[in-house]
Amino acid sequence: MKSYSSQFMTLFTRLAAPAMLLASALLTGCGGGGDAANEQLKIGFAQVGAESVWRTANTDSLQNEAKKRGVDFKFSSGEGKQENQIRAIRSFVAQGVDLIILSPIVETGWDPVLKEAKRAGIPVLLMDREIDTADESLYAAFIGSDFVEEGRLAAQWMVENVKGDEVKIVELEGTPGSAPAIDRQNGFKEVVDKHSNFTIIESQSANFRRSDGKDLMESLLKLHSDIDVVYSHNDDMALGAIQAIEAAGLKPGTDIIIISIDAIKEAFEAVVAGKINCIVECTPLFGPLAFDMAEKILNGEPYERRVVMKDGVFDQTNAAEVIDSRKY
Amino acid sequence: MSKAAESTVSKKSLRDNPLIWPLAGLALVIAFNLVTGPEFFSVSVRDGHLYGNLVDIFSQGARVMLLALGMTLVIATGGVDLSVGAVMAIGGALAATFVTQMGYGLYVALPITLIIVGTLGFFNGAMVVFGKIQPIIATLILMVAGRGVALLITDSDVVKIQDPAFLYLGKGYILGIPFSLWLVAVIFLVMAVSIRKTALGLLIEAVGDNEHASRFSGIEAGRLKLIVYAVCGALAGLAGVLDAASVSAADPMRVGELKELDAIFAVVIGGTALTGGRFLLFGSILGAILLQALTLTLYNAGVSAAVAPVPKAIVIVGVCLLQSERFRKQITNITKFGGKAS
Repeated sequence: MKSYSSQFMTLFTRLAAPAMLLASALLTGCGGGGDAANEQLKIGFAQVGAESVWRTANTDSLQNEAKKRGVDFKFSSGEGKQENQIRAIRSFVAQGVDLIILSPIVETGWDPVLKEAKRAGIPVLLMDREIDTADESLYAAFIGSDFVEEGRLAAQWMVENVKGDEVKIVELEGTPGSAPAIDRQNGFKEVVDKHSNFTIIESQSANFRRSDGKDLMESLLKLHSDIDVVYSHNDDMALGAIQAIEAAGLKPGTDIIIISIDAIKEAFEAVVAGKINCIVECTPLFGPLAFDMAEKILNGEPYERRVVMKDGVFDQTNAAEVIDSRKY
Repeated sequence: MSKAAESTVSKKSLRDNPLIWPLAGLALVIAFNLVTGPEFFSVSVRDGHLYGNLVDIFSQGARVMLLALGMTLVIATGGVDLSVGAVMAIGGALAATFVTQMGYGLYVALPITLIIVGTLGFFNGAMVVFGKIQPIIATLILMVAGRGVALLITDSDVVKIQDPAFLYLGKGYILGIPFSLWLVAVIFLVMAVSIRKTALGLLIEAVGDNEHASRFSGIEAGRLKLIVYAVCGALAGLAGVLDAASVSAADPMRVGELKELDAIFAVVIGGTALTGGRFLLFGSILGAILLQALTLTLYNAGVSAAVAPVPKAIVIVGVCLLQSERFRKQITNITKFGGKAS
């Protein structure tokens, strides 16, 4: 009973912490700020939101690195809306930050606000996603993942490891129209098209969602009794699909090969348990690289304008070695 | 009262029965499947339970059915509840945290969860009744804030569920039929009986038709609304628990996203007008079934994800238009006119 009450307290503090933060921010809001050391680096970060484990791991990575380097780090979550991010950038400009890191929610519509930042002499570092602009001088550099390459890596693993004259693949797509869904589909298809014994027999969207992944897989299993491979654009859908496959009395990983992208910790555990065969990593841990880049930009050192994170491929042979180092 | 209502229904022609239109939509979907792929209807027994698309329609549709049942009552009072999707996330997150992280049994965790989400619904109602805030705005607050609350409960993480009793809610079978379906059936029956065999249904309809008039005739509109929003919240939370049980994990970020729209669709297709007043619980169930059947049919027909919303929208708009008496009259006029001309 005692432990129950203490656990209730943890739940309570989880809920109370933000309320207290808000209260303390209100209390100190007027007096604080002025006494910050002048030489301290000030960096603003406009994040997409907190829509997935990947995203929160991404936010944590930057926050931890900022703490480690003693950077005055201003974080703003866009909650999935571009206008929130635009407002955040304006406020960063007004606060006179040294550099802005932006993970744009959409590709277009950034020119006006980025021009404001440029006029104020604040460099902008794009992270994770790119923007569509005619004026390349609006941002200093881009760091992110190559979604097309992730699709290619997934397909590469498949053609090397799955044997058969006629391998039938079903593809669980992400949200229609989103960059990772389009690119991961194209990269995968590019490699599959070169191998005549592999065919994608079905490709449907499960919106990157676990329960949708399960529902969709239930339907696909009824439609085709001879599915060999499931290729999922993210781990959540794959983890949902596994449950549908198990409910149908089949063994995921053995009866049906499962390949997915992102490599969250749960997926690693599934690989070790033999339920997922291969995961392609899409790392959210941009923190160290992002701050290295930021320092280079601010110190006027030479840097690459476009840096793509190296994505690893994990299967039963190497997943167990790295699983303990995974935090998200 | 109910007997009188039944006899008037039977006197009217079949066309005026509002259930006929969602049934017609369903018939269309069935006919389409009969032509394109009759294997859609095959049901077999696997591992001692029923297995097939028809079973999936019900087991996957159970969550929207629960949401739609609560939503029907709210809409009948002339309101709407946009927060059901977020409340689903809270319900799943709470139950999963109670069971897996605090070690409570399901029999404790589930009632506590339902009381908490019911209270959230009650707050929605309080804002509508006491705050005089329009329902769409009052519930929008929880729709936006609720997901944040769910994230806080689970510490922004996905909670994995291993408790067998919890998983049974989403994966269990009784007599070969999914447990979730039994649950929906029992809740539907309890609601139907308590609403149609007492004056409750009449009172709710009266509030939705004309709140002022109902208050003057002695109905406590405010108290009724509070109850209705609380029931809607509790059912949404239960739907969230079912969702979490079916995938063995409570994901506070994505569960229930846009599900409020599915619920409203199901209610409207089922013949309940958004303006309030007359409502049909069974119609909403049919609406939820039609939605799910459509989704599965589009998978079956291999329609790509980018195009899938279009045929779905056409069927929904069609059913809604046919429900309008005026539209039907115009159509019959046109066809009559055409007949004369030729």
